[in-house]
Amino acid sequence: MPEKNWIKVLSEKCAGCTLCVKACPFGAIAMKDKKAVIDLSKCNLCGACREVCKFEAIIIEKKEAVRSTDFSLYEDVWVFCEQKKSKVQSISFELLGKGRELADKLGVNLCAVLLGDNIEDKCRELAEAGADKIYLVDSPKLKAYQDDPYTKVLTELISKYKPEIVLCGATTIGRSLISRVAVRLRAGLTADCTGLDIDSKEKLLLQTRPAFGGNIMATIITPNTRPQMATVRHKVMKEAEPVRGKKAEIIKEEFSDDIYFSRTRLIDIVEEIEETINLAEADIIVSGGRGLGAKENFNIIKELALVLKGAVGASRSAVDADWIPYSHQVGQTGKTVCPKVYIACGISGQIQHLIGMKSSDVIIAINKDPDAPIFSVATYGIVDDLFKIVPLLTNEFKKILK
Amino acid sequence: MKIIVLIKQVPDTTDVKIDPETNTLKREGVESIINPFDMYAIEEALRVKENLGSAAEVIVLSMGPPQAKEALKEAISMGCDRAILVSDRKFAGSDTWATSYTLSQAIKKIGDFKLILCGKQASDGDTAQVGPGVSTHLNVPQVTYVKKIEKISADEARVERMTEEGYDIVETPLPALLTVVKEINEPRLPSLKGKMRAKKAEIPIWTAEDLCCQEDKIGLDGSPTRVLKIFTPSQRKGGEILEGEAPEKAKKLAILIKEVIIG
Repeated sequence: MPEKNWIKVLSEKCAGCTLCVKACPFGAIAMKDKKAVIDLSKCNLCGACREVCKFEAIIIEKKEAVRSTDFSLYEDVWVFCEQKKSKVQSISFELLGKGRELADKLGVNLCAVLLGDNIEDKCRELAEAGADKIYLVDSPKLKAYQDDPYTKVLTELISKYKPEIVLCGATTIGRSLISRVAVRLRAGLTADCTGLDIDSKEKLLLQTRPAFGGNIMATIITPNTRPQMATVRHKVMKEAEPVRGKKAEIIKEEFSDDIYFSRTRLIDIVEEIEETINLAEADIIVSGGRGLGAKENFNIIKELALVLKGAVGASRSAVDADWIPYSHQVGQTGKTVCPKVYIACGISGQIQHLIGMKSSDVIIAINKDPDAPIFSVATYGIVDDLFKIVPLLTNEFKKILK
Repeated sequence: MKIIVLIKQVPDTTDVKIDPETNTLKREGVESIINPFDMYAIEEALRVKENLGSAAEVIVLSMGPPQAKEALKEAISMGCDRAILVSDRKFAGSDTWATSYTLSQAIKKIGDFKLILCGKQASDGDTAQVGPGVSTHLNVPQVTYVKKIEKISADEARVERMTEEGYDIVETPLPALLTVVKEINEPRLPSLKGKMRAKKAEIPIWTAEDLCCQEDKIGLDGSPTRVLKIFTPSQRKGGEILEGEAPEKAKKLAILIKEVIIG
């Protein structure tokens, strides 16, 4: 049993093919005198190099890590249910849907965790969404999210009831909250998972997520600590089908004032109403790019979006040119969307834009340039002048969607 | 008043492409840059200093391999007063838990800080966990997704925290940690004077020993998460190009889209 973690290139076996250099996502391998050399300060022992080496020239040995605690004490899949203004957010129902699947594979309970003020009536919809148990903490101090009280309450609940898995939405609230809880509990946390599964043999949560701007996928495990924690983005998982009349056991917990105390003060909640539907939630998005040529021309995009009851998106070029506010920007430096239909008009399809929309179900591209990279990912494309096509499309929809 | 900015040197992911032959990341010739979100943190730190007067000092800190010094020099050229690199082979393989622990050890060593600023997330890992992790290790209050600092004094700050629906106005006592989003400002370009300062700047390197790090809390051993495997996602392929005259194509497309929406 190895004492340390290490990786080594057997130079007598190394053929200098450089496949490992290309495979390493961390740039930790370089060639020296035609042999692969690994920079240990960059290596993460992920094993991508060993996978591609045809000559078995790379050996990795990992220390058998010590479990931080008695795992038999940890059971159940928990979902932190986010509420705003006493409304349970839809991400919670998506997590309950996935949580049910994971709990069934493990043969354990699915539990919802709900914090808020005067919120007990919401337990019914959580039960109907599949929760077997609901941990409820009801206090005026928990009405709106604040880092300190929510972190302390959730940490206390987890320490007391010991779930093996905790899922949370990758929302602005979720990401702030769960990162703090994970550090307090010395638990592993994987952010923005696009895939969750169970390794039934090891009873491990397999957490898959994109990295390097979505260019690669990584599957992550937390073998030595409990609970295993993960956040999931909105609209990645399907919402649970409600089972009418399903009941759940409600476990109410109360805490002392020092747990509810918050160092920060919430002064006000300001809502900014957008003209059109929220981009991140939209099932249909019509997006405009540099091909539109001028600010006024976004009107044809807005008209099509209106007829389709969709949201308006934009490429970075259009936003940088001040044709439309940044809140509409889709892409690596803007929003990531996953609608059913994404219609890209006058957008060339640079990789930074694709990163933001390539998980759309159906991508439609309308562009004059037959070589535009957008056509390489579009389900349907039209190579033509968008000023001709888009109004025609709008008219067609006005007819058929009556 | 010490203002600490945490930055990370990352590969310029806009340049990263997939090698179609090996289906892996092409890394040759990919530049290293300051994580884009951290640029906004640097800029905000400089603005806070300008607001509060020169008694404030902006210290930029990064954990990374030796070449991360370049990123720190760039931060100095923008106007940061000094920089520190936290680097040690023992830190290799750190996940966000170990990284936030290590950074907080460095911040404790700097001591007596009032404000820590970080970018919301790094463009390679994309987790957004290190900022909150650091505030938890240090046990200081945090506000994340800050899009504006409305007021700031030596004892407290009033900020706007971006939410999905708009923003919250939050007051926090200092010291505190803030993670910032792009809406907060427009980062300045380095000045000539700044570039010259950066060239001459001495950047100390702090190791695990310098930071009195507990061995079981750093590097791979200190990381509760492990990478099981890495793979390239199946690449999306192009579909059908519709043919015909414009009205024909528009009609065809409308029908296809209608099917998708209505199902």
